[in-house]
Amino acid sequence: MSTSTTSDKPTSVWGSHESQPPVPDGAVSVTVKLLRFNPEVDSEPHWQSFEVPALPTDRVLNLLHYVKWYLDGTLTFRRSCAHGICGSDAMQINGINRLACKVLIKDLLAKKGKPTTITLAPIKGLPVNKDLLVDMEPFFEAFRAVKPYLITYGNEPTRERIQSAADRERFDDTTKCILCACCTSSCPVYWNDGSYFGPAAIVNAHRFIFDSRDEGAEERLDILNDAEGVWRCRTTFNCTDACPRGIEVTKAIQEVKRALLFKRV
Amino acid sequence: MAELALDKPRAPRRPAARRSNFELYSWLFMRLSGMALVVLVLGHLFIMNILDGGVHRINWGFVAGRWASPFWQFWDLSMLWLAQLHGGNGLRTVIDDYARKDSTRFWLKMLLYVSMVLILALGTFVIFTFDPQMDMRD
Repeated sequence: MSTSTTSDKPTSVWGSHESQPPVPDGAVSVTVKLLRFNPEVDSEPHWQSFEVPALPTDRVLNLLHYVKWYLDGTLTFRRSCAHGICGSDAMQINGINRLACKVLIKDLLAKKGKPTTITLAPIKGLPVNKDLLVDMEPFFEAFRAVKPYLITYGNEPTRERIQSAADRERFDDTTKCILCACCTSSCPVYWNDGSYFGPAAIVNAHRFIFDSRDEGAEERLDILNDAEGVWRCRTTFNCTDACPRGIEVTKAIQEVKRALLFKRV
Repeated sequence: MAELALDKPRAPRRPAARRSNFELYSWLFMRLSGMALVVLVLGHLFIMNILDGGVHRINWGFVAGRWASPFWQFWDLSMLWLAQLHGGNGLRTVIDDYARKDSTRFWLKMLLYVSMVLILALGTFVIFTFDPQMDMRD
């Protein structure tokens, strides 16, 4: 497999045909179109394409590994667990925010054996450090601002804090968040220069606001009542579509709005 | 708050900073005025364009006749104010979303607010001071 790149770099610098693993049976060649950006060289991002052998059962992350290990070692992206739990490898896959470790190639293949191009770009709205790697600090800053930890006053109970199954059910959905930023970086309000908290921060506030053991709901609701809080949500449902954990993000935001509106959790 | 203080001895007296409810009320206003405008605007369009020959019967006398009644004065006045504030608030959020520089945002909003005030003042003035005899004095 060789690269068809827009840069002048020969493939052999980073990997040669000899160093590549044998192409497995049933593999098809797909074009991986990446939005590259090297802050030390480039003034702005540019597209680069690689031809990569892929099995239908491969995930997009396998293609990224192939590019990095055999074609161009300078490709930069984040991934840790590679199994949809750590939330490191959120990126735009064919323009939609997804985790690269959860999207299968068979779902992206063009119909009737036509050539397949898979477009990969960093998530929007956060500063790009290099290639697919973005600076997550603004995202985590908003997350920390909603106090995403248990707040209690008074004496601690002798044993555990008991909660009924029904009370647990109220915030069950929002406990699933893995902080991958798929939702926040899909939100058109978050893309602008303002400092909107973003869906993920509201989801994590929701997780504690509706927890019967927590006593900090008032503080968090006050924070989210701010000009940059829940009222900037336009219910476009991009966040709900983007969430790799299937959290009903927009519904959670609406529940926070309702709690503010009726002053009742 | 008295029993709360006993209940939560280490709770901060004032939870966070006292923030304003402006965004909450403007969000609520958009929903309520939107519902009212559906009735007001569709009713207005129906009366003006469909009922009894529609737009062809509209002349000075028709408008004078309608505004002689406080009911239609109130209808048109609430339509003017609700539509202006609803649209103005909508544009405010659009400017907040799309303006890239703080100075652009500021001046666009000033332009918006000034035009809102002018249109509201002019419209209200006309509704309350409309004189059906005006054409006969010439």
